[in-house]
Amino acid sequence: MSPLTEQQAKEYWRRNVSLMVKLMVVWFVVSFGCGILLFDFLNQFQIGGYKLGFWFAQQGSIYTFVVLIFYYAKKMAALDIEFGVEEE
Amino acid sequence: MDLQTLSYLFVGGTFALYLGIAFWARAGSTKDFYVAGGGVHPVSNGMATAADWMSAASFISMAGMISFMGYGGSVFLMGWTGGYVILAMLLAPYLRKYGKFTVPEFIGDRFYSKTARVVAVICLILCSVTYVIGQMKGVGVAFSRFLEVEYATGLFVGMVIVFFYAVLGGMKGITYTQIAQYCVLILAYTIPAIFISLQLTGNPLPQLGLGGKVAGTEIYLLDLIDRIVVDLGFKQYTTDVRLSTLNMFAYTMSLMIGTAGLPHVIIRFFTVPKVKDARSSAGWALVFIAILYTTAPAVGAMARLNLMLTIEPEPGEFLVYEERPQWFKNWETTGLLVFEDKNGDGLVQYSADPAINDMVKIDNDIMVLANPEIAQLPNWVIALVAAGGLAAALSTAAGLLLAIASAISHDLLKGMIAPNISEKQELAASRVAMALAILGAGYLGLNPPGFAAGTVALAFGLAASSIFPALMMGIFSDRVNKEGAIAGMVAGIGVTLFYVFQHKGIMFIPGTEFLGSMQPNWFLGIEPNAFGCVGAVVNFAVAAAVTKVTAPPPASVRELVDHIRIPAGASTAHDH
Repeated sequence: MSPLTEQQAKEYWRRNVSLMVKLMVVWFVVSFGCGILLFDFLNQFQIGGYKLGFWFAQQGSIYTFVVLIFYYAKKMAALDIEFGVEEE
Repeated sequence: MDLQTLSYLFVGGTFALYLGIAFWARAGSTKDFYVAGGGVHPVSNGMATAADWMSAASFISMAGMISFMGYGGSVFLMGWTGGYVILAMLLAPYLRKYGKFTVPEFIGDRFYSKTARVVAVICLILCSVTYVIGQMKGVGVAFSRFLEVEYATGLFVGMVIVFFYAVLGGMKGITYTQIAQYCVLILAYTIPAIFISLQLTGNPLPQLGLGGKVAGTEIYLLDLIDRIVVDLGFKQYTTDVRLSTLNMFAYTMSLMIGTAGLPHVIIRFFTVPKVKDARSSAGWALVFIAILYTTAPAVGAMARLNLMLTIEPEPGEFLVYEERPQWFKNWETTGLLVFEDKNGDGLVQYSADPAINDMVKIDNDIMVLANPEIAQLPNWVIALVAAGGLAAALSTAAGLLLAIASAISHDLLKGMIAPNISEKQELAASRVAMALAILGAGYLGLNPPGFAAGTVALAFGLAASSIFPALMMGIFSDRVNKEGAIAGMVAGIGVTLFYVFQHKGIMFIPGTEFLGSMQPNWFLGIEPNAFGCVGAVVNFAVAAAVTKVTAPPPASVRELVDHIRIPAGASTAHDH
């Protein structure tokens, strides 16, 4: 059913997973990293009235999540076209 | 116009709108009923998902919890948004490609087992039912507070409205009503927030106001809150860690993967036309959710400040009880705000020290609902908040009821008991299942079982420990077999339930908690609500171990997994 050879299908999946892993690392760093584990360290910096760790936990992580999803959607749409597996 | 009339006007107006949509978007086929025909635009689906997702807990309780937890409340902010990244990358596109109607159906096919499907149905019903009780309570409370009708009457009116659009329209009716409900709830949330941010900081954007200076002074708003709460003996607002760093980590992780595993959220992504749309639609959903979720910390902090400044207008000078404002009296009559003059001086003394604290109870939920009153905003804003709270509760209830009804009519009836029923019969059955689910939820809303209070958090733990790992393994491995998946789900949900019950009582019945709710007995200091991610780890581990010692899955599974990983050839959601 798939228009790809087994080799191509493997390559498509590998590229998808590699993009996914990179973005999941960012996802982890901004929330669990900056918002929780590095919280005390980052709090010595300020953006306006926000301590930086606090900002990541209550604002910054959420903005980053939104950017991550759209970036993934855009990259994958391009990958679909490259492999000729986009839908009509 | 007085508040009562305005509230009736706003709530009545929005209800008329929902009913209008119900007649316009009737379902003509099972495909309409389960996945809204599969032709919902990704932005529209994003908006509907946002309303589906943001419940009475998000709208009413979350800002209040942040108000009193400070930094610790971040677990809800990150946990309830970060799950969408997981959904968009790890689950939604592949499940959409598979193109079936329900979550248990995928689990049943991927693990080539009716037992797996039934176990998934049980997990789905457990998490959705615990979740829906909270929504029904939200409807009843919003009615009784703002329209001053009986709790039961309010609940009944809410049920009738949901009945109309959910039974008539199924997913199709629910989708279009949810879009309207999103608009109502987001206006109701942001308008008071903008007013309050302007009042306090001069900045109309609450997200910026929270990081700004208090109007007319040179002091930052967050610094002022920190100073006031610390003076009264509370922990510093911006650094108050929830129990421990590890606990915050576990709590956030449980809420994230719980979000990604909640069936009523996942099925929303079955309604878009293409795999590509499933990816971007998750992004749109998060945009619409983020508008509320980035406003909530500002609402929480500003409400806390306004409350503090009402009780203690000048440092060391407390409010005279006899001169308390009207909102104070209103909330006292509901029992959500309790004052007890411990030293008999007639002053409202607020302190972290229970011996001298006169504010015996300030319920979390007051903060959003009373916020406009505390900030002395006009009556129409308060009426709008009532309509918004109802929109949030109704939209989530409808989504959950659909997930329950389709599990019953599609997975149990069509999938097991009577596979040969026609499409028409199945559509009729799904309507009956929906009606029964509404009646059941209404009954549980009227007679909330003892465990209703802590259940929304439990729903996340259950989804995180059962459905999420099963879906992940189904997509990312072609090796995990039916024995592994079933054992994993049972072990994951079992461990989570066991941990919650041993600390909070079996089915939350007081007195049956055999290890006590005391913190020293917690595993690594993790609170029961945050235990879902440990359950998920158990699920993965058990599934991997059992898979290793049992027969590998048949070759068809390999084909199925290859098929869902590549977008081309996705048809719209179909039944066979």
